[in-house]
Formats: sequence, structure tokens, C-alpha cells
Amino acid sequence: MENNKKNWPLWEIFVRSKNGLEHRHFGSLHAADAEMAMENARDVYTRRNEGVSIWVVESKNITASNPKDNGEMFEPAQDKIYRHPTFYDLPDDVKHM
Amino acid sequence: MSNKEIKNLEEIFEARIARDEKIEPKDWMPEKYRKTHIRQISQHAHSEIVGMLPEGNWITRAPSLRRKAALLAKVQDEAGHGLYLYSACETLGISREEMYEQLHSGKAKYSSIFNYPSVTWADMGAIGWLVDGAAIINQVPLCNTSFGPYARAMVRVCKEESFHQRQGYEIMLTLCNGTDEQKEMAQDALNRWWWPSLMMFGPTDDESTHTEQSMKWKLKRKTNDELRQQFIDQTVPQADILGLTIPDPDMKFNEETGHYDFGEIDWDEFWQVVKGHGPCNKERMKARVDAWEEGEWVRDAAMAHAEKKAKRKVAKAS
Amino acid sequence: MKSQEKDSRFHGNLYNYILGIADNSLILAQRLGELCGHGPSLETDIAITNISLDLLGQTRSYYQYAAKLAGEDKTEDDIAFLRIEREYKNVLLVEQPNTHFGHVMARQFLFDVYHLMLMERLQNSQDETLVAIAKKGIKEVSYHKRFSSDWVKRLGDGTDESNQKMQEAINDLWRYTDELFDETEADKAMIDEGIGIAVSEMKETYYEKVSEILEEATLEIPERKYFTRGGKKGVHTEHMGYILADLQYMQRTYPNMTW
Repeated sequence: MENNKKNWPLWEIFVRSKNGLEHRHFGSLHAADAEMAMENARDVYTRRNEGVSIWVVESKNITASNPKDNGEMFEPAQDKIYRHPTFYDLPDDVKHM
Repeated sequence: MSNKEIKNLEEIFEARIARDEKIEPKDWMPEKYRKTHIRQISQHAHSEIVGMLPEGNWITRAPSLRRKAALLAKVQDEAGHGLYLYSACETLGISREEMYEQLHSGKAKYSSIFNYPSVTWADMGAIGWLVDGAAIINQVPLCNTSFGPYARAMVRVCKEESFHQRQGYEIMLTLCNGTDEQKEMAQDALNRWWWPSLMMFGPTDDESTHTEQSMKWKLKRKTNDELRQQFIDQTVPQADILGLTIPDPDMKFNEETGHYDFGEIDWDEFWQVVKGHGPCNKERMKARVDAWEEGEWVRDAAMAHAEKKAKRKVAKAS
Repeated sequence: MKSQEKDSRFHGNLYNYILGIADNSLILAQRLGELCGHGPSLETDIAITNISLDLLGQTRSYYQYAAKLAGEDKTEDDIAFLRIEREYKNVLLVEQPNTHFGHVMARQFLFDVYHLMLMERLQNSQDETLVAIAKKGIKEVSYHKRFSSDWVKRLGDGTDESNQKMQEAINDLWRYTDELFDETEADKAMIDEGIGIAVSEMKETYYEKVSEILEEATLEIPERKYFTRGGKKGVHTEHMGYILADLQYMQRTYPNMTW
């Protein structure tokens, strides 16, 4: 049977440590389906009270940028310094800005 | 890619590491870097899960409920650490199943210390105190290693492991404050685990083959001998507090160097265990292989159920 | 009856009532502890250890309470480790061996459904300490039931082989389920006081709930015909002696020491 050859796929686990914070990537694990991934995530990544909310995403569903493209992807943003507040010169006596 | 191009990439790569930049899984990396990391991280992961066995051996016999809970939690952490490390290794393009296959076939190694038997309750103390103590010294520098996923896994491992050594030392302390019989049990455990713990740092620097490359890639910050000395220097005073004697007649503080001098390690024993002839190599491997093989029908069933469920969902929607 | 005598009888019954609940958690935790490092995947190892730790935590709360009732400097460990087999009051179900993963999950599931119903009701007990333990425990046990039910469904529905194995496990363990609803003398006394739970009244609902999951798992529901009982009266299966040999090994070999 072909089914028998398949291993549990990999899942990426995102945990919100407490309300008010974003979900953060905590790590990965293996599970047969989303329900199991959720239960495993709870047992593996929140056993020390680390979370209040969990997202699980099967790893294959994540599209990642390719480091080869980092030049065209990210470097053009480096010289757009006018996007940052420090670009603008104001006298020190101007307050609340 | 031409050899020249590869050489160029390698130079850029080494320069990044020298600048303390992290390497992430999809970044270009020399094949040797990938292979070395797969070997070291998977070996580390295997050590965690084989390491569950000597302690797991005492869960059902722990002498109090408090100790039983702490030991269970500790062995469970080791499973967790194995899991973090396998996951980190998987980012390099090897599956957990392939790594298991390497472990089960004897191709991959794991820390030799776990091939020694845990024969008394005091061994739970000695393992936590000495084996985890040695592991921490080996692991802390890895929190800054060059490969991002490995470094992140190690940060989590080190954070969680802080209770392990204390747990072991507390067991030793209780025994040493107990009856003569208990103290004897503690001394006996120290006698048996001391030398294998020193061997955990690997062969001496002149015998060690990987050190230079590992230093460059920040898989190592200090040499085997330096780490071993650090372990001895911090552990001897801890033994004094317990009132136990380190089983080494040559152990003596050297005023000049500021370190403890120690006796000759039995490297024949070390190599014998590494080569598979330690007291428990066969038992440890059998336990792992049995767990994996006996679990196959369970893993297959879970996959089959997941697929059926997905199909039913599609059928319902259409 | 003199009030002092009545008091001591009340305490004795309460003590025995608590052990009747606590011993189940202890022995099941012990059984699950045997598995640590030997499960079908690392993830399941970690999950099952969590269940074992939850049960162990509950056990300690119950025994600490029982030790207080017993006085005479008794500790949780005296109660856990220093009784003879006939004095352990756990049901036969929880002492059954980890034959294979199907048995482990079937045993867990058949116990969890009962355990959750008990915890729900125990929250309305007249005994404050038991209410507090139940309030904490119910969250743990709800998760146990979710976990074990999911696995029963997975293995029942999965492959032909897993269906067969799961059915075999359910069939093997089924005969120990009826005992869950027996009421001992201590139970009855505590039910009269508004402290204990009338477990016999839970029986029909229990079988309905169990059957629902088994049906979903495409498993056959065994007949409710032949049952084995005895644990609640301290008459155990042959497995129990070996469990206690491990459990008590240190305390029996090295009596009166601190660990």
C-alpha cells in the first residue's frame, strides 16, 4: 500500500506568549494532520506555560523568499533613508515630534 | 558552477561567519558545512533520545512522588530537546526518518556516556549532576554557533536544561545528608560516572580531528581539553560540598596553574565504547529500534486517517 | 453513637474515599511512566508524559489531603509507597499492561471518559479540598479525553491493521469498565454526606459517550455482558504485584530514609 510509505509531515508552530504580543515562530514538529499538530504543539512548545494561542501551518504551505534574490528584494530599501524620522533635521527646541 | 566561482562563494561565506553573521537554511553553504552540521546536529539529537533510556529506567522506581515527577519531567525534556534538534537538522535537507535510519543502522553516533548502565537511584543524581553538567559546558557556547536553526534550538535547550543539573545535585545532596548506606550509594555512583563524564569532552586535542574547522564555524569555541579542565575545576568543589571523593588519586589543585591536575583517562575504554562494545550499546539500540518498529502501524494509521479525513472533507464540500 | 466515634468513622470513610479516587491516578501515571522513551514518535512520548505528570500531580494533592486526615505525621509518600496490595483501591482497568499502543490509548480513553464525568461532579462536592482539586484537575482531564478520543478515532479509522488492533484492545479492556461504577462502603457514606459522587448513576451516560466515539472510530461496541471487578475492594489482577514491586522498590529496600 502506497499510503504506508508516507511519513508524518512537518509543521511550523507559532505561539502567542501572552495577549498583546504577536504570534512568534517557536519551532517545528511532525504530525499526521492539523488536529494532531495542534495537540503536539501544545504538549511540546507550551509545557512550561509559554503560550495563550497557537497557530500550526504545514511547512510545505509556506512560500519563502530565496536568499539568492536578496539583492533585488531587500537592498533597494537600504537607501530610502527618508522613510525614517532621523532623516529630517529639526531644531532641538521643537518638542512632541 | 566553476571551481573559481565556488571558491569565491566560499570566501564570502567564511567572511560572513567571521563577522558573526548567522547562516540560515536557504543560504548558499559549502557542502562540507552542510554535511558537518548534519552530522553534529543529528548526533546531538540522537544523544538526547538515547539519553532518555538510562534515566527512563528509574521512572517507575523513583523513591518519592516528588522525585518521580521531577524525573519524568526531565526525561520528557530530553525528548523535547531531541525534537528541537531533529527539526533544526531537517532544515538542512535530511528527514527525521533518514536520521533515525542512520542511528538504527549504527552509521550515526551518539554520546557514549549513555552506554553505561544506571544501576542505582544515586545514578539519577550522578547523571544530572555530572552528565548534564558536562553537557551544559559543551552546549552553552553553541547558543552562538553560526548556523541559525542550531543556535536557536540550543538557546531553548540551555534555558530548559537549567533545572536538570540542579535536580541531580539535589538528589546527591539528599543522599549525602542521609544514612551511611545512602552516602555509600552516592559515592559508588560518583565512582562509576566520573571517568565516563570526563570522556564526554572527546579525545585530547592532539587526537581530535575536527577541532580547527569546528572552531572556524563556531561549532566549538574551546578545545576538548579546555572544556574538560573547566568541568573538572567547577565540579571538584561541588564534590567537596557533598563530602564525596573524586575517584582519582592524582587529582590535586595546582597553585601555579590555578587548575586541578588529574590522572590519565582510560582511552582504551573510551574507544571500546565508541566502537559499540560498551556495557549497554546493544540494549540502547534495541530499545530505540523496537520503539520505532513497534510504532510503525500507529504512524501509518494516523497518516491513513488524516488522508481519509481530508478526502471526506473534500467530498462534503463538492 | 458517641460523637467522637462518629467523627473517626467519618474520617476513615473520607480517607478511603479519597484513596479510591487517588489510587487510580497513581497507578495509571505509573503505567504511563513505563512508556517514556518507547512511544511511536517523539511527539507522542512528550504528550503521554504530560498526561502522566498531570495524573501524578493530582495524586499528590489527594494524598497530601489524605495524609493530613490520617495525622500521625503520615506523608503522601507513606500512602503512595507503603501499603500492601490489598490496600490499594484502584480499579482493575488502570493496572492493565501497555500491551501495545492501542491498549494504551484504549485504557486511557475508557478511563478518561469516566474520569472527566467524575471531576465534573466532584466540583459540587461539600468538601472544599476535593472541589479545589477537581477544579484544577478538570482542565487536565478534559485534555486527556480529547487526546485519547482522537487517538481511538485515528486508530479505529486508520488502516485495517490498526482497526483490528484497536478493536482487540477495546475488547480486552471492556470487561473492566463496569467496575468503575461500583460504590464501596466508603463511597456510600460519603455520598450520604454530600461529599462523594454517586458513580452508579453515571453508568448509562458513560456507555453512551463511549459508544459515540467508538462508532465514530468505526469500532464495534462490545456486549455489556461479562465483567471483571475487584480493584475497588483491593483484589487486583496479577499485574498489580509487579507494578508495586517497581513502585515500592526503593522504599521497601531502604526503609525510613529521606530521598
